[in-house]
Amino acid sequence: MQNHFIFHSAGLKSDKIDRLLVLPFMKSVEIAIKSIRVRFFRSLITTISLVLAVSFVSFTRVGSDVANGLLSTGEPALRQALIRSGYDLQPEDVSVGNSPKQQWIIVLSLLVCVVGIVNAQLMAVTERFREIGTMKCLGALDRFILRLFLLEAGIQGLIGSGVGAVVGGAFALFNFFLRFGTVSITTLSWTQAGLSVAGATLIGCVLSLVGVMYPAMVAARMQPVEAMRVEQ
Amino acid sequence: MLSTGTVMTDSRKIVRVTHVTKSFKLGKLDVLALKGVDLEITAGNYISIMGPSGSGKSTLFNMIGGLDKPTTGKVFIDEVDIAQLDAYELAWLRCRKIGYIFQTFNIIQVMTALENVTLPMTFAGMADDAAAEKGIKLLEMVGLGDRFQHKPFELSGGQQQRVAIARALANDPAIILADEPTGNLDLNTGEEIIYLLKQLSRERGVTIISATHDIKMLNVSDQVVWIRDGRIDKIENRDELSISIGQIGTKPGHDTLSEC
Repeated sequence: MQNHFIFHSAGLKSDKIDRLLVLPFMKSVEIAIKSIRVRFFRSLITTISLVLAVSFVSFTRVGSDVANGLLSTGEPALRQALIRSGYDLQPEDVSVGNSPKQQWIIVLSLLVCVVGIVNAQLMAVTERFREIGTMKCLGALDRFILRLFLLEAGIQGLIGSGVGAVVGGAFALFNFFLRFGTVSITTLSWTQAGLSVAGATLIGCVLSLVGVMYPAMVAARMQPVEAMRVEQ
Repeated sequence: MLSTGTVMTDSRKIVRVTHVTKSFKLGKLDVLALKGVDLEITAGNYISIMGPSGSGKSTLFNMIGGLDKPTTGKVFIDEVDIAQLDAYELAWLRCRKIGYIFQTFNIIQVMTALENVTLPMTFAGMADDAAAEKGIKLLEMVGLGDRFQHKPFELSGGQQQRVAIARALANDPAIILADEPTGNLDLNTGEEIIYLLKQLSRERGVTIISATHDIKMLNVSDQVVWIRDGRIDKIENRDELSISIGQIGTKPGHDTLSEC
Protein backbone atom coordinates (compact mmCIF):
# COMPACT_ATOMS: atom_id res chain seq x y z
CA MET A 1 0.00 0.00 0.00
CA GLN A 2 2.79 2.34 0.94
CA ASN A 3 4.49 1.65 -2.32
CA HIS A 4 1.38 2.43 -4.29
CA PHE A 5 1.39 5.75 -2.57
CA ILE A 6 4.89 6.35 -3.81
CA PHE A 7 3.76 5.73 -7.36
CA HIS A 8 0.91 8.20 -7.00
CA SER A 9 2.96 10.84 -5.31
CA ALA A 10 5.49 10.51 -8.07
CA GLY A 11 2.82 11.85 -10.34
CA LEU A 12 2.61 8.99 -12.83
CA LYS A 13 -0.54 9.72 -14.69
CA SER A 14 -2.01 6.27 -14.90
CA ASP A 15 -5.11 4.97 -13.23
CA LYS A 16 -5.57 1.88 -11.14
CA ILE A 17 -6.32 -0.40 -14.08
CA ASP A 18 -2.94 0.39 -15.55
CA ARG A 19 -1.18 -1.16 -12.59
CA LEU A 20 -2.38 -4.60 -13.56
CA LEU A 21 -0.03 -7.17 -14.90
CA VAL A 22 -1.91 -10.03 -16.43
CA LEU A 23 -1.45 -13.16 -18.46
CA PRO A 24 -4.90 -14.49 -19.34
CA PHE A 25 -5.33 -18.21 -18.75
CA MET A 26 -6.12 -19.03 -22.37
CA LYS A 27 -3.02 -17.12 -23.46
CA SER A 28 -0.92 -19.17 -21.03
CA VAL A 29 -2.38 -22.38 -22.47
CA GLU A 30 -1.61 -21.13 -25.97
CA ILE A 31 2.01 -20.36 -25.09
CA ALA A 32 2.40 -23.68 -23.24
CA ILE A 33 1.09 -25.69 -26.21
CA LYS A 34 3.33 -23.74 -28.58
CA SER A 35 6.45 -24.39 -26.58
CA ILE A 36 5.63 -28.09 -26.33
CA ARG A 37 5.17 -28.25 -30.09
CA VAL A 38 8.31 -26.31 -30.92
CA ARG A 39 10.39 -28.41 -28.54
CA PHE A 40 8.64 -31.60 -29.49
CA PHE A 41 11.57 -33.98 -29.05
CA ARG A 42 12.57 -32.39 -25.77
CA SER A 43 9.01 -32.79 -24.53
CA LEU A 44 8.99 -36.34 -25.79
CA ILE A 45 12.05 -37.24 -23.72
CA THR A 46 10.52 -35.63 -20.64
CA THR A 47 7.33 -37.55 -21.21
CA ILE A 48 8.74 -40.91 -22.15
CA SER A 49 9.66 -42.04 -18.65
CA LEU A 50 6.17 -41.07 -17.61
CA VAL A 51 4.65 -43.09 -20.45
CA LEU A 52 6.66 -46.15 -19.41
CA ALA A 53 5.85 -45.89 -15.70
CA VAL A 54 2.16 -45.27 -16.28
CA SER A 55 1.86 -48.07 -18.80
CA PHE A 56 3.46 -50.40 -16.24
CA VAL A 57 0.91 -49.36 -13.62
CA SER A 58 -1.92 -49.72 -16.09
CA PHE A 59 -0.61 -53.11 -17.23
CA THR A 60 -0.62 -54.57 -13.71
CA ARG A 61 -3.97 -53.02 -12.78
CA VAL A 62 -5.80 -54.14 -15.91
CA GLY A 63 -4.08 -57.52 -15.57
CA SER A 64 -5.60 -57.92 -12.12
CA ASP A 65 -8.98 -56.91 -13.50
CA VAL A 66 -8.80 -59.61 -16.17
CA ALA A 67 -7.64 -62.17 -13.62
CA ASN A 68 -10.56 -61.25 -11.39
CA GLY A 69 -12.91 -61.73 -14.31
CA LEU A 70 -11.45 -65.18 -14.90
CA LEU A 71 -11.73 -66.08 -11.22
CA SER A 72 -15.35 -65.00 -11.10
CA THR A 73 -16.23 -67.86 -13.48
CA GLY A 74 -15.34 -70.26 -10.64
CA GLU A 75 -13.71 -72.74 -12.98
CA PRO A 76 -10.86 -74.65 -11.27
CA ALA A 77 -8.98 -75.03 -14.56
CA LEU A 78 -8.75 -71.27 -15.04
CA ARG A 79 -7.73 -70.87 -11.40
CA GLN A 80 -4.91 -73.34 -11.88
CA ALA A 81 -3.86 -71.56 -15.06
CA LEU A 82 -3.73 -68.25 -13.21
CA ILE A 83 -1.58 -69.74 -10.44
CA ARG A 84 0.71 -71.20 -13.06
CA SER A 85 1.06 -67.80 -14.75
CA GLY A 86 2.37 -66.29 -11.53
CA TYR A 87 -0.57 -65.09 -9.43
CA ASP A 88 -0.24 -66.06 -5.73
CA LEU A 89 -3.71 -67.42 -5.02
CA GLN A 90 -4.60 -69.02 -1.69
CA PRO A 91 -7.37 -71.65 -1.83
CA GLU A 92 -9.84 -69.32 -0.10
CA ASP A 93 -9.12 -66.26 -2.32
CA VAL A 94 -11.96 -65.10 -4.57
CA SER A 95 -10.13 -62.14 -6.07
CA VAL A 96 -6.62 -61.17 -7.12
CA GLY A 97 -5.04 -58.45 -5.08
CA ASN A 98 -1.75 -56.76 -5.69
CA SER A 99 0.88 -58.56 -3.66
CA PRO A 100 3.18 -56.39 -1.49
CA LYS A 101 6.03 -57.27 -3.81
CA GLN A 102 4.10 -55.99 -6.80
CA GLN A 103 3.12 -52.82 -4.99
CA TRP A 104 6.75 -52.17 -4.13
CA ILE A 105 7.75 -52.50 -7.73
CA ILE A 106 5.03 -50.06 -8.76
CA VAL A 107 6.04 -47.51 -6.14
CA LEU A 108 9.68 -47.85 -7.14
CA SER A 109 8.93 -47.40 -10.81
CA LEU A 110 6.92 -44.27 -10.04
CA LEU A 111 9.75 -42.89 -7.91
CA VAL A 112 12.27 -43.46 -10.67
CA CYS A 113 9.87 -41.78 -13.05
CA VAL A 114 9.54 -38.67 -10.87
CA VAL A 115 13.31 -38.39 -10.53
CA GLY A 116 13.55 -38.66 -14.33
CA ILE A 117 11.00 -35.90 -14.79
CA VAL A 118 12.72 -33.58 -12.29
CA ASN A 119 16.00 -34.17 -14.09
CA ALA A 120 14.60 -33.54 -17.55
CA GLN A 121 12.66 -30.47 -16.47
CA LEU A 122 15.66 -28.95 -14.69
CA MET A 123 17.57 -29.27 -17.93
CA ALA A 124 14.69 -27.71 -19.80
CA VAL A 125 14.77 -24.76 -17.40
CA THR A 126 18.51 -24.31 -17.88
CA GLU A 127 18.07 -24.38 -21.62
CA ARG A 128 15.39 -21.75 -21.41
CA PHE A 129 16.94 -19.37 -18.91
CA ARG A 130 17.29 -16.65 -21.50
CA GLU A 131 13.69 -16.96 -22.62
CA ILE A 132 12.52 -16.80 -19.01
CA GLY A 133 14.76 -13.82 -18.23
CA THR A 134 13.48 -12.03 -21.32
CA MET A 135 9.88 -12.61 -20.33
CA LYS A 136 10.66 -11.17 -16.93
CA CYS A 137 12.26 -8.14 -18.54
CA LEU A 138 9.03 -7.68 -20.47
CA GLY A 139 7.11 -7.59 -17.20
CA ALA A 140 6.26 -11.23 -16.43
CA LEU A 141 5.65 -12.00 -12.77
CA ASP A 142 7.02 -15.09 -11.04
CA ARG A 143 3.60 -16.65 -11.11
CA PHE A 144 3.27 -16.29 -14.90
CA ILE A 145 6.42 -18.35 -15.34
CA LEU A 146 5.30 -20.87 -12.72
CA ARG A 147 1.94 -21.21 -14.43
CA LEU A 148 3.49 -21.71 -17.86
CA PHE A 149 5.69 -24.53 -16.60
CA LEU A 150 2.85 -26.17 -14.65
CA LEU A 151 0.58 -25.96 -17.68
CA GLU A 152 3.23 -27.47 -19.92
CA ALA A 153 3.82 -30.28 -17.46
CA GLY A 154 0.07 -30.78 -17.04
CA ILE A 155 -0.48 -31.09 -20.78
CA GLN A 156 2.53 -33.37 -21.20
CA GLY A 157 1.33 -35.39 -18.20
CA LEU A 158 -2.19 -35.76 -19.55
CA ILE A 159 -1.10 -36.82 -23.03
CA GLY A 160 1.83 -38.95 -21.85
CA SER A 161 0.00 -40.80 -19.13
CA GLY A 162 -3.11 -41.12 -21.29
CA VAL A 163 -1.08 -42.83 -24.00
CA GLY A 164 0.83 -44.88 -21.41
CA ALA A 165 -2.33 -46.06 -19.64
CA VAL A 166 -4.09 -47.12 -22.83
CA VAL A 167 -1.01 -48.87 -24.22
CA GLY A 168 -0.35 -50.65 -20.90
CA GLY A 169 -3.99 -51.71 -20.56
CA ALA A 170 -4.18 -52.92 -24.15
CA PHE A 171 -0.98 -54.87 -23.69
CA ALA A 172 -2.40 -56.55 -20.58
CA LEU A 173 -5.56 -57.55 -22.47
CA PHE A 174 -3.51 -58.85 -25.38
CA ASN A 175 -1.28 -60.83 -23.03
CA PHE A 176 -4.24 -62.56 -21.34
CA PHE A 177 -5.97 -63.11 -24.65
CA LEU A 178 -2.95 -65.02 -25.92
CA ARG A 179 -2.82 -67.20 -22.83
CA PHE A 180 -6.47 -67.78 -22.02
CA GLY A 181 -8.30 -67.01 -25.24
CA THR A 182 -11.62 -65.24 -25.58
CA VAL A 183 -12.79 -66.18 -22.09
CA SER A 184 -10.45 -63.53 -20.67
CA ILE A 185 -12.27 -60.85 -22.67
CA THR A 186 -15.83 -62.02 -22.09
CA THR A 187 -15.48 -62.31 -18.33
CA LEU A 188 -13.74 -58.98 -17.90
CA SER A 189 -15.56 -56.17 -16.09
CA TRP A 190 -15.03 -53.32 -18.55
CA THR A 191 -15.98 -50.64 -16.03
CA GLN A 192 -13.30 -51.97 -13.70
CA ALA A 193 -10.71 -51.97 -16.47
CA GLY A 194 -11.77 -48.46 -17.52
CA LEU A 195 -11.36 -47.27 -13.94
CA SER A 196 -7.91 -48.83 -13.78
CA VAL A 197 -6.83 -47.01 -16.95
CA ALA A 198 -8.29 -43.72 -15.71
CA GLY A 199 -6.62 -44.19 -12.34
CA ALA A 200 -3.25 -44.80 -13.97
CA THR A 201 -3.73 -41.65 -16.09
CA LEU A 202 -4.51 -39.63 -13.00
CA ILE A 203 -1.43 -40.93 -11.20
CA GLY A 204 0.64 -39.97 -14.24
CA CYS A 205 -0.72 -36.41 -14.27
CA VAL A 206 -0.02 -35.99 -10.57
CA LEU A 207 3.52 -37.34 -11.01
CA SER A 208 4.19 -34.97 -13.89
CA LEU A 209 3.07 -31.99 -11.81
CA VAL A 210 5.03 -33.14 -8.75
CA GLY A 211 8.12 -33.60 -10.92
CA VAL A 212 7.93 -30.11 -12.43
CA MET A 213 7.28 -28.33 -9.13
CA TYR A 214 10.88 -27.72 -8.14
CA PRO A 215 12.18 -26.91 -11.65
CA ALA A 216 9.28 -24.50 -12.19
CA MET A 217 10.09 -22.75 -8.93
CA VAL A 218 13.72 -22.42 -9.98
CA ALA A 219 12.53 -20.91 -13.26
CA ALA A 220 10.09 -18.52 -11.60
CA ARG A 221 12.69 -17.17 -9.20
CA MET A 222 15.18 -16.51 -11.97
CA GLN A 223 16.37 -12.90 -12.08
CA PRO A 224 15.54 -10.89 -15.20
CA VAL A 225 19.19 -9.86 -15.46
CA GLU A 226 19.95 -13.44 -16.58
CA ALA A 227 18.56 -12.44 -19.96
CA MET A 228 21.52 -10.11 -20.40
CA ARG A 229 24.09 -12.87 -20.19
CA VAL A 230 26.03 -13.40 -23.33
CA GLU A 231 27.50 -16.86 -22.70
CA GLN A 232 25.86 -20.00 -24.10
CA MET B 1 1.11 9.54 -24.58
CA LEU B 2 3.52 9.98 -21.77
CA SER B 3 6.28 10.28 -24.34
CA THR B 4 4.87 13.50 -25.81
CA GLY B 5 4.81 14.93 -22.31
CA THR B 6 8.43 13.96 -22.03
CA VAL B 7 9.35 16.00 -25.07
CA MET B 8 7.64 19.11 -23.76
CA THR B 9 9.25 19.09 -20.33
CA ASP B 10 12.59 18.76 -21.91
CA SER B 11 14.81 19.13 -18.88
CA ARG B 12 13.02 16.45 -16.86
CA LYS B 13 15.44 14.02 -15.24
CA ILE B 14 14.24 10.56 -16.16
CA VAL B 15 16.98 8.77 -14.26
CA ARG B 16 18.79 10.04 -11.18
CA VAL B 17 21.62 8.10 -9.61
CA THR B 18 22.91 9.52 -6.33
CA HIS B 19 26.00 8.35 -4.42
CA VAL B 20 25.54 4.81 -5.58
CA THR B 21 27.93 2.11 -4.53
CA LYS B 22 27.61 -1.56 -5.23
CA SER B 23 29.64 -4.34 -3.68
CA PHE B 24 29.69 -8.00 -4.50
CA LYS B 25 30.89 -10.83 -2.35
CA LEU B 26 33.59 -12.75 -4.10
CA GLY B 27 34.45 -15.54 -1.70
CA LYS B 28 35.51 -13.73 1.46
CA LEU B 29 36.42 -10.57 -0.43
CA ASP B 30 34.09 -7.63 -0.87
CA VAL B 31 34.53 -6.30 -4.36
CA LEU B 32 33.41 -2.74 -4.92
CA ALA B 33 32.05 -2.58 -8.45
CA LEU B 34 30.77 0.97 -8.14
CA LYS B 35 32.55 3.43 -5.87
CA GLY B 36 30.10 6.28 -5.60
CA VAL B 37 28.40 7.26 -8.83
CA ASP B 38 26.27 10.35 -9.41
CA LEU B 39 24.47 10.64 -12.71
CA GLU B 40 21.47 12.47 -14.06
CA ILE B 41 19.91 11.56 -17.36
CA THR B 42 17.65 14.02 -19.11
CA ALA B 43 14.48 12.69 -20.69
CA GLY B 44 14.60 12.23 -24.44
CA ASN B 45 18.36 12.02 -24.69
CA TYR B 46 20.46 9.34 -26.30
CA ILE B 47 23.06 8.28 -23.77
CA SER B 48 25.96 5.93 -24.31
CA ILE B 49 27.73 4.41 -21.37
CA MET B 50 31.23 3.47 -22.38
CA GLY B 51 33.96 1.72 -20.51
CA PRO B 52 36.17 -1.33 -20.53
CA SER B 53 35.01 -4.71 -19.21
CA GLY B 54 35.09 -4.83 -15.44
CA SER B 55 34.74 -1.08 -15.13
CA GLY B 56 31.35 -1.35 -13.44
CA LYS B 57 29.60 -0.36 -16.64
CA SER B 58 27.21 -3.32 -16.66
CA THR B 59 26.51 -2.91 -12.95
CA LEU B 60 25.52 0.72 -13.41
CA PHE B 61 23.54 -0.15 -16.50
CA ASN B 62 21.60 -2.90 -14.73
CA MET B 63 20.80 -0.57 -11.88
CA ILE B 64 19.43 2.09 -14.18
CA GLY B 65 17.31 -0.63 -15.74
CA GLY B 66 15.81 -1.74 -12.45
CA LEU B 67 17.51 -5.12 -12.75
CA ASP B 68 19.73 -4.65 -9.72
CA LYS B 69 19.61 -2.68 -6.51
CA PRO B 70 22.40 -0.47 -5.13
CA THR B 71 24.25 -1.36 -1.91
CA THR B 72 24.15 2.27 -0.78
CA GLY B 73 22.79 5.34 -2.49
CA LYS B 74 19.63 5.73 -4.48
CA VAL B 75 18.46 5.17 -8.01
CA PHE B 76 15.37 7.04 -9.15
CA ILE B 77 13.64 6.06 -12.35
CA ASP B 78 11.05 8.63 -13.29
CA GLU B 79 11.33 9.95 -9.71
CA VAL B 80 10.53 6.53 -8.24
CA ASP B 81 13.12 5.10 -5.88
CA ILE B 82 13.60 1.56 -7.15
CA ALA B 83 14.84 0.27 -3.80
CA GLN B 84 11.36 0.92 -2.40
CA LEU B 85 9.60 -1.25 -4.95
CA ASP B 86 8.48 -4.81 -4.33
CA ALA B 87 8.70 -7.57 -6.93
CA TYR B 88 5.30 -6.78 -8.41
CA GLU B 89 6.05 -3.10 -8.82
CA LEU B 90 9.44 -3.80 -10.32
CA ALA B 91 7.80 -6.09 -12.86
CA TRP B 92 5.29 -3.36 -13.56
CA LEU B 93 8.11 -0.88 -14.05
CA ARG B 94 9.84 -3.24 -16.47
CA CYS B 95 6.61 -3.78 -18.34
CA ARG B 96 5.51 -0.16 -18.71
CA LYS B 97 8.41 2.18 -18.17
CA ILE B 98 11.43 0.41 -19.61
CA GLY B 99 12.03 -1.35 -22.88
CA TYR B 100 14.99 -3.73 -23.10
CA ILE B 101 17.17 -4.47 -26.08
CA PHE B 102 19.80 -7.18 -25.73
CA GLN B 103 23.06 -8.00 -27.39
CA THR B 104 21.75 -11.49 -28.16
CA PHE B 105 18.36 -10.15 -29.40
CA ASN B 106 16.47 -12.55 -27.08
CA ILE B 107 13.51 -13.00 -29.37
CA ILE B 108 11.36 -15.66 -27.77
CA GLN B 109 11.94 -18.60 -30.06
CA VAL B 110 8.54 -20.22 -29.86
CA MET B 111 6.69 -17.09 -30.94
CA THR B 112 6.36 -15.22 -34.24
CA ALA B 113 7.68 -11.70 -34.65
CA LEU B 114 4.24 -10.27 -34.00
CA GLU B 115 3.62 -12.42 -30.93
CA ASN B 116 6.94 -11.27 -29.52
CA VAL B 117 5.90 -7.66 -29.94
CA THR B 118 2.43 -8.15 -28.48
CA LEU B 119 3.54 -10.13 -25.41
CA PRO B 120 4.36 -7.07 -23.27
CA MET B 121 1.02 -5.56 -24.29
CA THR B 122 -0.73 -8.73 -23.18
CA PHE B 123 1.03 -8.46 -19.82
CA ALA B 124 -0.16 -4.85 -19.62
CA GLY B 125 -3.74 -6.03 -20.07
CA MET B 126 -4.34 -4.88 -23.64
CA ALA B 127 -6.98 -6.75 -25.66
CA ASP B 128 -5.66 -9.11 -28.35
CA ASP B 129 -7.02 -7.18 -31.36
CA ALA B 130 -5.73 -3.83 -30.20
CA ALA B 131 -2.36 -5.38 -29.36
CA ALA B 132 -2.06 -7.03 -32.78
CA GLU B 133 -2.94 -3.79 -34.53
CA LYS B 134 -0.38 -1.82 -32.55
CA GLY B 135 2.19 -4.61 -32.97
CA ILE B 136 1.86 -4.50 -36.77
CA LYS B 137 2.26 -0.73 -36.70
CA LEU B 138 5.41 -1.01 -34.61
CA LEU B 139 6.85 -3.69 -36.90
CA GLU B 140 6.11 -1.48 -39.93
CA MET B 141 7.89 1.33 -38.17
CA VAL B 142 11.07 -0.71 -37.73
CA GLY B 143 10.83 -1.83 -41.36
CA LEU B 144 9.44 -5.35 -40.92
CA GLY B 145 5.85 -4.74 -41.98
CA ASP B 146 5.79 -7.78 -44.24
CA ARG B 147 7.47 -10.21 -41.88
CA PHE B 148 5.29 -10.22 -38.79
CA GLN B 149 4.28 -13.86 -39.15
CA HIS B 150 7.89 -15.04 -39.36
CA LYS B 151 9.47 -17.17 -36.69
CA PRO B 152 12.76 -15.92 -35.20
CA PHE B 153 14.85 -18.53 -37.02
CA GLU B 154 13.54 -17.18 -40.34
CA LEU B 155 14.92 -13.74 -39.55
CA SER B 156 18.47 -12.42 -39.86
CA GLY B 157 20.29 -10.94 -36.87
CA GLY B 158 19.50 -7.39 -37.91
CA GLN B 159 15.85 -8.27 -38.43
CA GLN B 160 15.68 -9.97 -35.04
CA GLN B 161 17.12 -6.85 -33.44
CA ARG B 162 14.45 -4.81 -35.22
CA VAL B 163 11.78 -7.08 -33.75
CA ALA B 164 13.40 -6.55 -30.35
CA ILE B 165 13.24 -2.79 -30.84
CA ALA B 166 9.56 -2.97 -31.78
CA ARG B 167 8.98 -5.15 -28.71
CA ALA B 168 10.83 -2.69 -26.48
CA LEU B 169 8.46 0.05 -27.70
CA ALA B 170 5.32 -2.02 -27.12
CA ASN B 171 4.06 -0.24 -24.03
CA ASP B 172 5.39 3.23 -24.92
CA PRO B 173 8.19 3.16 -22.36
CA ALA B 174 9.97 6.27 -21.15
CA ILE B 175 13.36 4.57 -21.33
CA ILE B 176 14.90 2.08 -23.68
CA LEU B 177 17.88 0.21 -22.31
CA ALA B 178 20.11 -1.25 -24.95
CA ASP B 179 22.87 -3.58 -23.80
CA GLU B 180 25.47 -3.73 -26.57
CA PRO B 181 22.73 -3.62 -29.22
CA THR B 182 25.25 -3.90 -32.06
CA GLY B 183 27.57 -6.41 -30.38
CA ASN B 184 26.37 -9.38 -32.43
CA LEU B 185 25.85 -7.56 -35.71
CA ASP B 186 28.11 -6.78 -38.64
CA LEU B 187 29.25 -3.23 -39.28
CA ASN B 188 26.50 -2.13 -41.69
CA THR B 189 23.64 -3.77 -39.88
CA GLY B 190 24.92 -2.35 -36.61
CA GLU B 191 24.93 1.11 -38.13
CA GLU B 192 21.36 0.67 -39.37
CA ILE B 193 20.26 -0.35 -35.89
CA ILE B 194 22.02 2.64 -34.31
CA TYR B 195 20.31 5.06 -36.68
CA LEU B 196 16.96 3.39 -36.12
CA LEU B 197 17.39 3.88 -32.37
CA LYS B 198 18.43 7.48 -32.89
CA GLN B 199 15.43 8.12 -35.10
CA LEU B 200 13.09 6.62 -32.50
CA SER B 201 14.62 8.67 -29.76
CA ARG B 202 14.06 11.83 -31.79
CA GLU B 203 10.57 11.06 -33.07
CA ARG B 204 9.07 9.56 -29.94
CA GLY B 205 11.04 11.35 -27.28
CA VAL B 206 12.19 8.07 -25.77
CA THR B 207 15.29 8.19 -23.62
CA ILE B 208 17.79 5.68 -24.92
CA ILE B 209 20.52 4.43 -22.65
CA SER B 210 22.98 2.04 -24.17
CA ALA B 211 26.01 0.30 -22.78
CA THR B 212 28.47 -0.25 -25.54
CA HIS B 213 31.96 -0.71 -26.82
CA ASP B 214 30.93 0.45 -30.25
CA ILE B 215 32.62 3.69 -31.26
CA LYS B 216 29.97 4.17 -33.99
CA MET B 217 27.54 4.95 -31.21
CA LEU B 218 29.39 8.15 -30.36
CA ASN B 219 28.16 9.87 -33.52
CA VAL B 220 24.53 9.73 -32.49
CA SER B 221 24.85 10.11 -28.72
CA ASP B 222 23.70 13.27 -27.01
CA GLN B 223 25.87 12.38 -24.08
CA VAL B 224 28.61 9.86 -23.48
CA VAL B 225 29.35 8.64 -19.98
CA TRP B 226 32.80 7.13 -19.60
CA ILE B 227 33.14 4.69 -16.72
CA ARG B 228 36.51 3.66 -15.37
CA ASP B 229 37.27 1.62 -12.28
CA GLY B 230 33.85 2.00 -10.67
CA ARG B 231 33.68 5.76 -11.10
CA ILE B 232 32.50 8.14 -13.75
CA ASP B 233 35.61 9.18 -15.58
CA LYS B 234 34.01 11.95 -17.59
CA ILE B 235 30.69 12.92 -19.12
CA GLU B 236 30.85 14.44 -22.55
CA ASN B 237 28.04 16.27 -24.24
CA ARG B 238 27.45 16.16 -27.95
CA ASP B 239 29.15 19.47 -28.73
CA GLU B 240 32.34 18.52 -26.89
CA LEU B 241 32.21 15.12 -28.44
CA SER B 242 33.00 16.04 -32.04
CA ILE B 243 36.38 17.25 -30.89
CA SER B 244 37.22 14.11 -28.99
CA ILE B 245 36.14 11.94 -31.91
CA GLY B 246 38.59 13.84 -34.04
CA GLN B 247 41.22 13.15 -31.43
CA ILE B 248 40.35 9.49 -31.24
CA GLY B 249 40.52 9.26 -35.01
CA THR B 250 43.98 10.80 -35.13
CA LYS B 251 45.34 8.86 -32.19
CA PRO B 252 47.29 5.72 -32.92
CA GLY B 253 45.44 4.15 -29.95
CA HIS B 254 42.22 4.13 -31.94
CA ASP B 255 42.03 0.37 -32.39
CA THR B 256 42.62 -0.49 -28.77
CA LEU B 257 39.93 1.96 -27.78
CA SER B 258 37.30 0.50 -30.04
CA GLU B 259 38.13 -2.95 -28.82
CA CYS B 260 38.02 -2.32 -25.14
